[in-house]
Amino acid sequence: MRVVSATPKSTIRDSLSVSITVGAYGIAFGAASVAAGFSVLQSCLLSLLTFSGASQFAVVGVIGSGGGALSGVTTATLLGFRNGLYGLRMSPLLQTKGTKRILAAHITIDESTGVALSQESRGVEAMRSGFWLTGIGVFVFWNLFTLAGAFGAQAMGNPAAWGLDAAVPAAFLGLVWPRLTSISDRLLSVGAMALALGLTPFLPAGLPIIATAFLALAIGMRKA
Amino acid sequence: MSTMWWGVLGTSVAAFALKYLGHSIPQRYLSHPKIQKTNLLIPITLLSALVAVQTFADKSKLVIDHRTAGLAVAVVALKFRASFPVVVILAALASALTYHFF
Repeated sequence: MRVVSATPKSTIRDSLSVSITVGAYGIAFGAASVAAGFSVLQSCLLSLLTFSGASQFAVVGVIGSGGGALSGVTTATLLGFRNGLYGLRMSPLLQTKGTKRILAAHITIDESTGVALSQESRGVEAMRSGFWLTGIGVFVFWNLFTLAGAFGAQAMGNPAAWGLDAAVPAAFLGLVWPRLTSISDRLLSVGAMALALGLTPFLPAGLPIIATAFLALAIGMRKA
Repeated sequence: MSTMWWGVLGTSVAAFALKYLGHSIPQRYLSHPKIQKTNLLIPITLLSALVAVQTFADKSKLVIDHRTAGLAVAVVALKFRASFPVVVILAALASALTYHFF
């Protein structure tokens, strides 16, 4: 492949190590999805077609705890919004058309964008390779590990007996933790938890989670 | 079609649409600082809400059960900079032990 031969070794190494470590999280998703009541096929389709970790965890989390399809999809889609902004950032770099743009869009996630941006000092070609290698690498490992996790959870049976029902909130915590870099982020996080729990007795499952997006909207959109 | 299938297909279609849209529209759209800021905040509130609800809600009731133990262990593990899989496994382990022995 031309892209690889022109690529610095360090870019290939970065892409691969991100692909394998992040891809391995797929095992947690596969298990969580089956524990939430999704079939192995549905879990694997989510990883193949949605291919965005936080959104996938969100839709199985919301529907698994009794929320409707619309609540699940809305929460997942709000979380997927950032991929659109990544696409905006990546498209001038990648200059894709047609089928290639469809492929590029599908693998536009946190990791492919992150690695691409981290290669800036090595030049445009390295950035492009970083994007494609990481995107494709995460895709392959994420899907393989989803399958393994889904089959594993199916063999286990009762999710609570294996702690799978706690693995899901722990996974969400692991996803949000690195984002809480300032005091105000931490306050927002605690505020969102309080709001969601406060609304839980009064709203149908799923809506208390979506409601916290308004908290983000109110703070993000106010005059600086 | 079941709720799960609608969830799978709806999420997949919307996720791809957002990604593709990002690659297709001129960059001047959505590059407003307020949108960028909100985009950073939305995952924080949604993921935090998911942590809380998945730990403390049982349908529409709030409960403290074995999952709380799992979450507490996850917090400690993250404080000690454990990697994502380690955090998840330790939380599951703590929750399962609490479920069986208390």
